[in-house]
Amino acid sequence: LAFDPTLAAIRYGTGLSPYHAPAGRVDDILIDLIAPDAMDRLHPIPGYDTIVPSLAAMHRGNRLLREARETPHEPAALAHNREIRVAANTARVNGHLALMARSLDSRYGLRERLASFWADHFTVKSRAFIQNHLVTPYVEDAIRPHITGRFQDMLKAVVLHPMMLTYLEQWRSTGPMSVLGLRLKRGLNENLARELLELHLLGVDGSYSQRDVRELAELLTGLVYHSRRGFYYDDRMAEPGAEKVLGVTFSHEASLRNILDALEVLAMHPETAAHLARKMAVHFVSPDPDAAMIAAMTQAYLDTGGNLLAMTAAMLQAPGAWIEEKTKVRLPMEFVTTSLRALGMTGAQAKSMQPRHYRRWVRAPLQVMGQPLQRPIGPDGWSEDAEDWIIPQAMAGRISWAMGAPAALLSGLPDPRDFARTALGDHVTPAVEFAAGAAESRREGIGVVLASAAFQRR
Amino acid sequence: MTMDRRHFLTSGAALGCSLAASPLLTPVAFAQAPTDNRLIVIILRGGMDGLDVFRPVGDPNYAALRPGLNAGNHLDLGGFWGLNPTLDPLMPLWRAGEFGAVHAVSTHYRNRRSHFDGQDILEAGVLNIDGGAGGWLNRLLTTLPGASAETAYAIGREQMAILAGQAAAQRWSPDAQLDISPQARRLLELVHHDDPLFRDASAQAIAIAEQLSMDAASEADDDTDMMATMMAPITARGGHVDLAEFAANRLRGETRIASFSINGWDTHQNQHQGLRGALRQLSDTILTLRAGLGPIWARTAVLCMTEFGRTAAENGTRGTDHGTGGAMIYAGGAMRGGQVAGRWPGLARSDLFNRRDLMPTADVRAISGWVMHDLLGTPRDVIENTVFPGLELGDNPRLIL
Repeated sequence: LAFDPTLAAIRYGTGLSPYHAPAGRVDDILIDLIAPDAMDRLHPIPGYDTIVPSLAAMHRGNRLLREARETPHEPAALAHNREIRVAANTARVNGHLALMARSLDSRYGLRERLASFWADHFTVKSRAFIQNHLVTPYVEDAIRPHITGRFQDMLKAVVLHPMMLTYLEQWRSTGPMSVLGLRLKRGLNENLARELLELHLLGVDGSYSQRDVRELAELLTGLVYHSRRGFYYDDRMAEPGAEKVLGVTFSHEASLRNILDALEVLAMHPETAAHLARKMAVHFVSPDPDAAMIAAMTQAYLDTGGNLLAMTAAMLQAPGAWIEEKTKVRLPMEFVTTSLRALGMTGAQAKSMQPRHYRRWVRAPLQVMGQPLQRPIGPDGWSEDAEDWIIPQAMAGRISWAMGAPAALLSGLPDPRDFARTALGDHVTPAVEFAAGAAESRREGIGVVLASAAFQRR
Repeated sequence: MTMDRRHFLTSGAALGCSLAASPLLTPVAFAQAPTDNRLIVIILRGGMDGLDVFRPVGDPNYAALRPGLNAGNHLDLGGFWGLNPTLDPLMPLWRAGEFGAVHAVSTHYRNRRSHFDGQDILEAGVLNIDGGAGGWLNRLLTTLPGASAETAYAIGREQMAILAGQAAAQRWSPDAQLDISPQARRLLELVHHDDPLFRDASAQAIAIAEQLSMDAASEADDDTDMMATMMAPITARGGHVDLAEFAANRLRGETRIASFSINGWDTHQNQHQGLRGALRQLSDTILTLRAGLGPIWARTAVLCMTEFGRTAAENGTRGTDHGTGGAMIYAGGAMRGGQVAGRWPGLARSDLFNRRDLMPTADVRAISGWVMHDLLGTPRDVIENTVFPGLELGDNPRLIL
C-alpha cells in the first residue's frame, strides 16, 4: 500500500481537475497545508463580526417593523425589513458559492475537505431566519483557522461562538444557585455539555456518566452572547462551587478562565484523542479503518498536545490510508463540486453563477440528493455511511444532476471519452471508458461518467 | 472487459441482470403485507392557525378576538363551527363523512414556540429529542409485522424526521425525475454493474421513474374523462399535487404508510392571503389522494398535523403569531368525518393558555395513537411503550369507522 497521486486527489482532495496536477507525494500535500491559506485570500468569506447584514441589523429590522405596525411608517419599515432579508439571503448564497469556489480553485483541496470535516464535527444549525446566513461565517471564524492548529483552540472558539451557544442552547443555561438563577428561578440546560462529551470530545462510548454531564453543564454556565456585543461571560448566571468532571476538580471560583481550562483538559483526554482519530479516519478512508493507522493518529495527537496537522499527517503517512478499495461515497456537496472541478469550472465562474442557475442546479438538487444546505437533521451532522446516501431518491437526484447540470452551467462540454480520463485519471474503469464513448450525445456521455460508481466513490 | 459499441447496442438484455435484481421488479409474495389499510401523515409546517380553518363561530368570544380576519363568510358546519371558505372544494367530503377535524389539540411542546423545535418534537413524538429516538412513524414501522422497506414512504424534498430511524423506509421526491434516454439507462447499468450499492439504488430509481411515466401514460389513455372530472376542483398544478399523486401511486401498491409536508402556514401578516394559498394546497392534496387512491380511499386515513397553533387574538398586521393549541385535520374513507371532535375549552381570556393561546385539551399523539390502534391494529401497550413512550392514550376519540 503506497501513495497514489490519483487516489490522493480523490480521497483527500477535491477531485481531479484539468488544471491542477495531483500531488506527487504526501509531503507536497502537507507543505501546501502549512503554507498560508491561499483560498481564503482568493475567495474571502466574511466572519460573524463583519458579515452584512449583522445579527443586530436583522433584529433591528424586525423591531422597527413591530414598532411601526399600524402607523404611517409601516410600509417603509416593511420595505426596509424586506431589503435586509434579501441581503441576508444573498450573503448566504455568496458564502456557499465562495466555498465552492475554494474547492474548484484549490491546488490539492485537503484544506477544504478538512474544513468541512471539522465543520461537520462541530455542526451548528440556524434556529431562525435571522441566523440562516451566519452558519458559513461561524465556520470561517471558529473552524477554518484551526484545522492545522491545536484542537483545543478550535474547541474554545466553537464553544464561545454565538452560533453554537444558540444552537445547543447554552446561552439559556443558568446555574440554579447563581444570582440570576435564584432571582428568576431559572436552571440548567445540559444540551451543549452532553453533546460536547458525546459528540465533540470523548464520543458516545466514552467513559463519562450523567453526573459528568451535569457537572460540565454547571461549569459552562455564564456563556452568553448579545446580538450587538457578541459573546460575553455573565458571572451572574454562573453556578457557584467547584465542579468535578471526569475525575478532575475545577476551581471553586466560577470564571471564564475556569471554563477554558476545563476544555483544555477534556480535549487532551485519551478517549477524546482516540475518538477524533477514528472519526477522521472513518470520514476519509473507510467505515472500518486500519487499527494501526488510528493508533498512529491518536498517538500523534497526544504527543503534540492536540496538534491537528500532526494527526492529519499521521493519517496520510500510514499505509492504511492508501487502501485501493473505495468504500466511501462523495457527499452530494462534494459530488457537485468535484464534478464541476473535473469539468474545468473555475471559482470565478462559480461565483458569477446566475441566481436561477444556483437554485435550479445547486440548491434544489442538493436537497433531492439528501443534503439540504446546512440542514443536517441533528448535531451529529451528516451520515458517514454510504448506504444512507445511495438510496433510490438520492441516486435519481445524482443521475439527473449529472445529465443536466454540466450543459446548463458550462459552455462547451468536453468529449466524454477525454472527460472520463480527466475525471478519473488512471482509475478510470473499462466500463466507464466504454460507456463514455457509447453514449448518444455529449451530454449523456458526461452524465454517465459523473453518475458512475467509479466517480462517486472516494 | 471487452465490448464494442454495436455489440452493446444489440444486447442490452444481457445487462438486464441488474434490473432483475431490483426488489421493485422482482415478483415478491405480498401475502406478508402488514395491513390492508393506509395511513398518510401530512406535516403542516409553519404552524397552522386552526382557529381560522375550523372557526368556532359559535364561541361568544371568537368574533371579538379576530375582528379583521374573518368577515363572516365561513361555510356553515352546523351552528358552532364554520369552515374557512377556501376549503369549499372539501365540502362534499364533509357531507360524505370523509373529512373532519379534532380541535384544541397540540403536541406536548410548551412555551417556546420555535418552528424548528416544535417540528422536531412533533415528529419525534417524545419530549427528549436528543436521544436518537428517531421519528414516531418509524417506531410504528418497527412494530408492524411483515413490514418491508416498501411499507413506508417519506415523500418530497423536505426531510421527514417522522420516518427517520432504525426501520427501513423509502424516500422519494417527485423532483427526482429521470428524464434520460433508454440508451443512457443501459449505460448506467453498465457503469454500476460491479457496485451492488449503486446498482440497486439506481435500478430502483429508474424503475420508479419508469413506472410513474407508464402510469401517467395509461391514465392519459384510458381514463381521461374520469380523471378530468375527478380533478376538476383541484385549483392548480404544483409540487404538492405531484407529491399527492406519487403518494397515491405508491399506496396503490405495496406501500401502507406515507408522509410528506405542506409548507406555508406561518401567517404573521395578511393571514387572509397566506392561509388561502396553504389551504388550497391542502384541499388539492386531499382531493388528489382521493382521486388517485380510488377504491382504496375507503381504507385510508389522512392525518394533517402542525407543530403548534397560533395566538387566539389577531395581531396588528392582520395575522397571528406562534401559539399553542390548534386543530388536527383529517380525511379518508376509513374515518368518521363530518364532525369537529375534541373537547372545546372556550376562548374567554381565563380559558386561554398563558391568557394568550387556545388551551390544548388533547395531545395529537394520543389521537394519532388511537388511529393507529383502530386502523392498523397496533396494540395499545405497543403505542404507549414503543411508538409514543410514556404517553397515556386516554379515551378513544373513535375517529376510525
